[in-house]
Parts: sequence; structure tokens; C-alpha cells
Amino acid sequence: MGPLIPNELIPAEWNFVLAILIGMAFGYIMEASGFSSSRKLVGVFYGYDFAVLKVFFTATIVALIGLHYMDYLNWIDLTELYIQPTYLWAAIVGGFIMGIGFLAGGFCPGTSLCAVGIGKIDGIVFTLGLFIGILIFSESFTWLQPLYEEYNLGHITLDKTLGISSYLIIFVFTIIAILAFYLSDKIRNRVKKVFY
Amino acid sequence: MMDKTKQINRHVYWNPYFGGFLLGLLIIFTFYITGRGLGASGAVKSSVVTVVNKVSPEHSENNAYYKKFLNGESSPMNNWLVFEALGVIMGAFLSGALTGRIKLKTQHSPKISANRRLFFALIGGLLFGFGAQIARGCTSGAALSGISVMATAGFISMICIFGTGYLVAYFFRKNWI
Repeated sequence: MGPLIPNELIPAEWNFVLAILIGMAFGYIMEASGFSSSRKLVGVFYGYDFAVLKVFFTATIVALIGLHYMDYLNWIDLTELYIQPTYLWAAIVGGFIMGIGFLAGGFCPGTSLCAVGIGKIDGIVFTLGLFIGILIFSESFTWLQPLYEEYNLGHITLDKTLGISSYLIIFVFTIIAILAFYLSDKIRNRVKKVFY
Repeated sequence: MMDKTKQINRHVYWNPYFGGFLLGLLIIFTFYITGRGLGASGAVKSSVVTVVNKVSPEHSENNAYYKKFLNGESSPMNNWLVFEALGVIMGAFLSGALTGRIKLKTQHSPKISANRRLFFALIGGLLFGFGAQIARGCTSGAALSGISVMATAGFISMICIFGTGYLVAYFFRKNWI
């Protein structure tokens, strides 16, 4: 039963080989979907291109339904998967800063690596910016430590936080996504086209 | 080549639902094999820790944040996410090579200069890197992979990143539209 490497069904030596292969598939899918273009990415914020919203929602719904179905079939144990801890204020403040960074820079870290892969200079400069930003964070860690380490809610999932069934959350999330797909097409038809 | 043929531009990329479907399958596969999700900013963090540790091992030992990622003999670059990120660059190169998109260039709106684009790219990267450390992950690791396993933090990150994006989009409009 999965996950395979933590349960030692695949030897750990395969870990890095698989990391490169998984990364390649990730990079290929993002580039082929147009995520190496900052002007395509930010289209979601101005209403002229909703590829980010469509790819993001489709991927998370496929993964959410797929993983829960595999758990139901006993192919994978959801409780053995890594759930990142929720540090409430860190997630909010970090997300806020990342949102500004997204609009200023036009990439997020994964997509900027894609842009590096096809030779975009703006992608290379963005990645350099990431490096500097992480350096600044690390150097001011003493000052940021309270924000980083307080309000820890633990490795919690949304069904526990809200006290409702995970299947209901997936159902509602899917409905929201379908509505978003529908509305995004409506909006795109009204907004002036941007060519890039 | 992109400026020349605007019609091609619209058809050149995959259908987003197809790309999203494949990405979803890849996330399932990654969790099924490794028990963890995808990531991106973690690899840059490992590089930062490595460089700082090379430049001044004393300094990195005295910093509580670098210290988290330094464990004696093994280099911080010897990390799953670093190999994955190298794969991302290779995969993007492959896709770009097969579709003729590889070109050393700065992409920017015709209304702004390339230098302005690069200046904002640097600032944007800086903010994104800084924010991703506070939130313990970026759009890939925190939002995409987090939501896939229903982590509360993933939903919060997604709402905050995209919500803020919509809030500030007005102020950056000159750069994009």
C-alpha cells in the first residue's frame, strides 16, 4: 500500500531518480500549459487569460478526488502522507507577500524555473530575486521567528478545521471550481484581448 | 517568434483542462510514490543555505534558520526538491524545444521597457521568496500540494496569494495590460 518509498516498497536509492523524472513531468506540463510566460500567468488577474485558474483547479480536484478514492480502495493511506502544518498568521502574511510578488514579478517559483528552462531572462532575474528574498528572510530570522513559529495549529486538514466530512468539502470545492470555470469564460469574453 | 504570429499564440499551448488533468495525475503519482507533494521554492532555499554555508560556515551555524537545514556531513543540495527542481528546468526545456519556444529573451508588455520588466521581476522574486519562507511553501508546495491532501494551510495560502493578487492587480496594471 502507498506511499511506496516511506513503506519501503521501492528502495530509497530510487528517490533521486524519481525526483528528476517527476520534476521533468512537472516542468513539461507547466511549460506546455503556457506557464513559462508571465503575461499568460497574470492574465488571471486582469481577466484576459484564465489558464492558471483552470489548470490549478483541475489539478487539485483530480488530485483530491483521486487520493481520496485510492484511500477508500486501500491503495494508499492518507494519514501517511505529508500534511504541511498550519501556522495561521505565517500562512496569511506569507500569502499576502507572495501575492504582491506574483503581480510584480509575474511568476511564482515553479513557473520561474520553467521560464529559466526556455531561456526567459525575466525568469532568470525572478529566480535571482527568489534567492535574495530567501537570503533576507534567513538573515532576519531572529526578528521574524515569532511570526514563523507562533499560532501553530498542527498538521491539520480542512475537514478537521471546519468539522465537516472531507467528501462534502471535495464536493463543494468541485462545484465552486465548475462555477469559476463558467464565470471565467464569461468574463474573458467581455475583457479586451491582450496578445503576448 | 511569439510577437510575429498572434494567431499561433492562442493555439500553441495545451488546453488548460488537459494540462490540469495531467498535473493532477502527477500529484497523485508523486504522493503515491514519495508520500509528499511537489515543490519549487524549497530548492532555491537549499541553494541559499549551501552558498551561505560555503561562504561562512560560522555564520550559518549561528543562524537558527540555516541550522535547520544543515545536518553535518550531507550537503543541503542532497535533497529531493533540488533534484525535482532540476527536473522542472529540464522538462520545461524539453517542452520548449519540441515546440520551438526556446529563446533568450525578456518578455514584456510593449508599453514598458525591458529594463522596467526586469526590475519588477527582481522585486517580485524577492517578495515571493521572502513570503514563501514565512508561509513554509509557495504556490507549488503550499497551495497546490497542500490542497491536494486537504491541508488547511494549503487553502489559506491559495486564498491569500490569489486574493492579494486581485487586490493589488490595479496598481501593477501598467506592467501587464
